Amino acid sequence: MAKNKVDINLLREIADLEGTPKGAYNIRKNGKLDSRASTANIEIVTKEDKPGIDIHIKDGTVRQSVHIPVIITEAGLDEVVYNDFFIGKDCDVVIVAGCGIHNDGSDKSQHDGVHTFYVGENSKVHYVEKHYGEGEGTGERIMNPETVVYLDKGASIQLDTTQIRGVDSTKRYTKVVVKDGGEAVINEKLLTHDRQHATSEMDIILAGPDSKGRVISRSVAQDTSQQVFYPRMIGDAAGFGHVQCDSILMGQAKIQSIPAITANHPDAQLIHEAAIGRIAGDQILKLMTLGLTEEEAEEEILNGFLR
Amino acid sequence: MLELKGLSYGVEETGAKLDILQNIDLTIADNKLVVITGPNGGGKTTLAKSVMGLVQPTAGQILWNGEDITHLSITERAKRGISYGFQQPPRFKGLRVRDLLELASGNRKLTRDECCSYLNRVGLCAADYVDRDVDASLSGGEVKRIEIATILARPEGGLLIFDEPEAGIDLWSFAKLTETFRMLHDRGNVTILIISHQERIIDLADEIVMISGGQVVRHGPKEDLMVHILMETGGIGGTCDFLQPQNCAEEKEG
Repeated sequence: MAKNKVDINLLREIADLEGTPKGAYNIRKNGKLDSRASTANIEIVTKEDKPGIDIHIKDGTVRQSVHIPVIITEAGLDEVVYNDFFIGKDCDVVIVAGCGIHNDGSDKSQHDGVHTFYVGENSKVHYVEKHYGEGEGTGERIMNPETVVYLDKGASIQLDTTQIRGVDSTKRYTKVVVKDGGEAVINEKLLTHDRQHATSEMDIILAGPDSKGRVISRSVAQDTSQQVFYPRMIGDAAGFGHVQCDSILMGQAKIQSIPAITANHPDAQLIHEAAIGRIAGDQILKLMTLGLTEEEAEEEILNGFLR
Repeated sequence: MLELKGLSYGVEETGAKLDILQNIDLTIADNKLVVITGPNGGGKTTLAKSVMGLVQPTAGQILWNGEDITHLSITERAKRGISYGFQQPPRFKGLRVRDLLELASGNRKLTRDECCSYLNRVGLCAADYVDRDVDASLSGGEVKRIEIATILARPEGGLLIFDEPEAGIDLWSFAKLTETFRMLHDRGNVTILIISHQERIIDLADEIVMISGGQVVRHGPKEDLMVHILMETGGIGGTCDFLQPQNCAEEKEG
């Protein structure tokens, strides 16, 4: 189990962990297994053909959680990890992933996590993923996550992904295929600063009747950072899809937001909304009349926006 | 005590100078409820904004409790107890009603009951609102009442400025609001400045200030000024029911 202060801080930032997680867990540190626990219903096994783990969750597993954080504290580490989740029928589980990089060196540290979920009929999954970077070194901190979800009939997933500060470059790809009566909700929160780059592409495929998809993306780009969003909602059946992207621009940052909706079925109902702009002046003034300084007002607005 | 001395504000518009406020002298004593009224475009909002620091006057002085605050920032004025309820309050994606009330009160751990008491005083059914975002999902009237609730949550003992608090508010909530202003005033220890055209709010005033063309054209006790207002307007809002009918008739005849 990770013990030093850097490890503890990274685990707290990405998984709200103060000690050993309850339930099943797998902590990966610097490219190796640090610690692991399976439970009666949730089995975690190491992949034999490539780096990563398989997580098997039995039918009917409810109110249980899996923590699979990854921490990197060595500069120069570059890894691609494959985690596959096989979730049975009628489950209700929380999966907490996330990656924290502490880089004090001059070489880049990179973690590319490829997560694939097979969610059984009528199961409900809440997936929480936080990405975080810190360290005094000049080495870049890079994370390129790929998340692919296959929802069976009546299954649902809520994906909460958060990357606030510290990650120099990220290319995120998310794909969710939603079958009959299923639902995918993606809450994406992102803050970039300095010269950071972030790209987020998504494909939400409404594959069955009464399927639902919702993307709520909120981002803040500060300094000279750059962000590109490309959420695509594809209605292959009589489903309902909604994409909402809101971004706040600060400094000399640049943001491109390109939501796309495609109806391949006559009864698909799809909506997209996208907005980019600076913090409204009257919002700052209002908070100043309550006694906040301009900087404090800005911070409150950003914290609320990315809550 | 609030003192305005020779306060002026002008802007350049297509080369011509436009005076919005002209050499205004005005003193408002502690714990008074003063209503500023007058025709549209007369300078009422600019006057109120210059007290909060939202507008920087081009000449003159603003003194609050004897201190010259003319060049203080909005934040510094707020810390000295001055509050401002906007006529058209902004909306925030992500800030909840609770957040605004907590920021206003300076207490980041307001209980649910405390939040509810502020909201009840503006006629909002509190339980439905405390955890809602102050965003586009709320109606104009709801946002306005939340705005007023944030002013009620400010620490006691200051100067509360309300710019047309009645605008956009339904009749039932308006009755609650006037009652709240009355209670606030009766409890004392607060100076209240309200820009309004509403008879029922004007009726709460100790003093009325009439502003027109960027100048104070009248200032005095409500009892003295009401008759002048009625003469000049033919009854505010087209009626003078709120005054004794004989007063109304006499003044018009006189």
